[in-house]
Amino acid sequence: MAAPRTLFDKIWESHLVDRQDDGTCLIYIDRHLVHEVTSPQAFEGLRLAGRQLRRPEATLAVADHNVPTTDRSAGIADEESRIQVETLIRNCADFGVPYIEVDDPRQGIVHIIGPEQGFTLPGMTIVCGDSHTSTHGAFGALAFGIGTSEVEHVLATQTLIQQPAKNMRITVEGARPVGTTAKDLILAIIGKIGTAGGTGHVIEYAGQAITDLSMEGRMTVCNMSIEAGARAGLIAPDEATFDYIKGRPMAPKAGAWEQAEAAWRGLPSDPDARYDKEVTLAAAEIAPQVTWGTSPEDVVPVTGRVPDPADAPDEGKRQAMARSLAYMGIKAGTPIGEIPVDKVFIGSCTNGRIEDLREAAAVAKGRKVAEGVQALIVPGSGLVKNQAEEEGLHKVFIEAGFEWREPGCSMCLAMNADKLEPGERCASTSNRNFEGRQGRGGRTHLMSPGMAAAAAVTGRIADVRDLV
Amino acid sequence: MEKFTKLTGVAAPLPMVNVDTDKIIPKQFLKTIKRTGLSEGLFYELRFDEDGNKKDFVLDQPAYRDAKILVAGENFGCGSSREHAPWALLDAGIRCIIASSFADIFYNNCFKNGILPIALPQEQVDLLMDDAERGANAVVTVDLETQEITGPDGGRVQFEIDPFRKHCLMNGLDDIGLSLQKANKIDAFEAKRRQEQPWL
Ligand code: SF4
Repeated sequence: MAAPRTLFDKIWESHLVDRQDDGTCLIYIDRHLVHEVTSPQAFEGLRLAGRQLRRPEATLAVADHNVPTTDRSAGIADEESRIQVETLIRNCADFGVPYIEVDDPRQGIVHIIGPEQGFTLPGMTIVCGDSHTSTHGAFGALAFGIGTSEVEHVLATQTLIQQPAKNMRITVEGARPVGTTAKDLILAIIGKIGTAGGTGHVIEYAGQAITDLSMEGRMTVCNMSIEAGARAGLIAPDEATFDYIKGRPMAPKAGAWEQAEAAWRGLPSDPDARYDKEVTLAAAEIAPQVTWGTSPEDVVPVTGRVPDPADAPDEGKRQAMARSLAYMGIKAGTPIGEIPVDKVFIGSCTNGRIEDLREAAAVAKGRKVAEGVQALIVPGSGLVKNQAEEEGLHKVFIEAGFEWREPGCSMCLAMNADKLEPGERCASTSNRNFEGRQGRGGRTHLMSPGMAAAAAVTGRIADVRDLV
Repeated sequence: MEKFTKLTGVAAPLPMVNVDTDKIIPKQFLKTIKRTGLSEGLFYELRFDEDGNKKDFVLDQPAYRDAKILVAGENFGCGSSREHAPWALLDAGIRCIIASSFADIFYNNCFKNGILPIALPQEQVDLLMDDAERGANAVVTVDLETQEITGPDGGRVQFEIDPFRKHCLMNGLDDIGLSLQKANKIDAFEAKRRQEQPWL
């Protein structure tokens, strides 16, 4: 009998084009997402070498990082941003790559539109010149971020040169307590294993707290696999996965669907599959999480306090913590619930989907954004925005004093006009709290959409469980 | 891609852990459509204050201005996949980075640009960090062929590297050219895939 295999092993082996004697593998890439920031140099490389795209139809391009989230009819004011988007449009036209226009309702953050269109399917290999490609792992697809040279490699060959990753399984046992969301699970996981905890591994998430999640929640978890240092995140496909995909524009149609679904049912890891690393958490112990520092591993429960560098395990960590606290402008021992905020950002490929907006709206309903706080809601795509408007969520937000914006990456990395000013503090549903990430000198606290909405209406970091 | 065989140069110390690619090159420098000229944005927020004045960052100090090697803390290059990070380092003359660990995507990206990332046990990185603190005297030689680092006092350290990556780096090989030589294998794979998974 063949040795039991993990989900990762199965996808990896079924995509091997070649394996050299030294162990280097050439693996086939089924789908490739392209955005404006990491692709121009790749297309330029192809042009210089006189190379063509191997499979333009396996590629999908969209502009998301640079696009304004305010009225777009006048185009992009910032010249460099505009050039980058125009360059993408020209490259797509020259090389025959399907491109979703900025004013198309399907436009949005690349990792949100892939699943929405049914471009993302179980068992596939998916890449994008963007580290949060791990999001697509929620469907049981092996999805990972690559650099621009590799983008060029995939465009030209539809393959990648890779070394196999190791297998890691993270099991979150039991049901999630009320108020604990997918975002809290992944923040707690990163807090536990650290930002290099998954380096060299593909993380498979398992356990009841994971399988209970909707596809939106699973995407939130897999999205931040990169913040745990992993190459990719994976969740075994199940009924929830198939229900989500069925009927999407690029999903297999009747006839092919049955065949595809039967194949996908064979993907989950075999019962005795071996993992190089295993970590287990109890969902019951995970309260809503907040980051206090400048690394995604700097997490505490909302009921906790800012930790003290004096308690750090070693000198290096102590210095890093002291530096973080100085940058963040907070003191060790401060209760998390006493930290005031200036801005609130709800959106990004981590938490810019419909369920996230519903979660935030449930808190915003009938309340007002606290005085002096600016709160932005940036849907992850035009389709998310449309659905939210159909459900009337935009009215809830607008009445409460939130700004209702057009889709894009926005203040997740502040490449467009949405950014923090030096010293400003933000409750954000994005994925990185690095120094300067949301604007030079800006201070980011990562949390769930419900928690961010709670911060907006109270003017400080607050426990969402007290508000719903 | 420029070959990497043997490199001798000043090693600059950057004793920080989790240096992310946002820190290596912040977003405002990602709006370019070119690969060159990015050293302008390298470690921008560590190098300049809010008014644009230099902060005496290590690579701006006279002793380290011509540094070719960077010695850094663990998990170097974490975060965003931006290849602008290795492009900026290369543009500033850095051809080798030594740390106890690297984030995967950054590590990969280095090899595509003729930069050698070397992962060593923390104790050895600590020793090299001490060496690097010696300013212009911190001259280190990195020999890829023999996989050996020679410190300013002649101390030697061996390092590991994947044989295929070593081969490509030493010969300045273009990955795409190599993979295109396997076009018949890719064709065969696609034909089989079309049959087995017609929905793709
Ligand atoms: S939302 Fe943020 S993390 Fe996601 S793709 Fe955009 S910039 Fe990257």
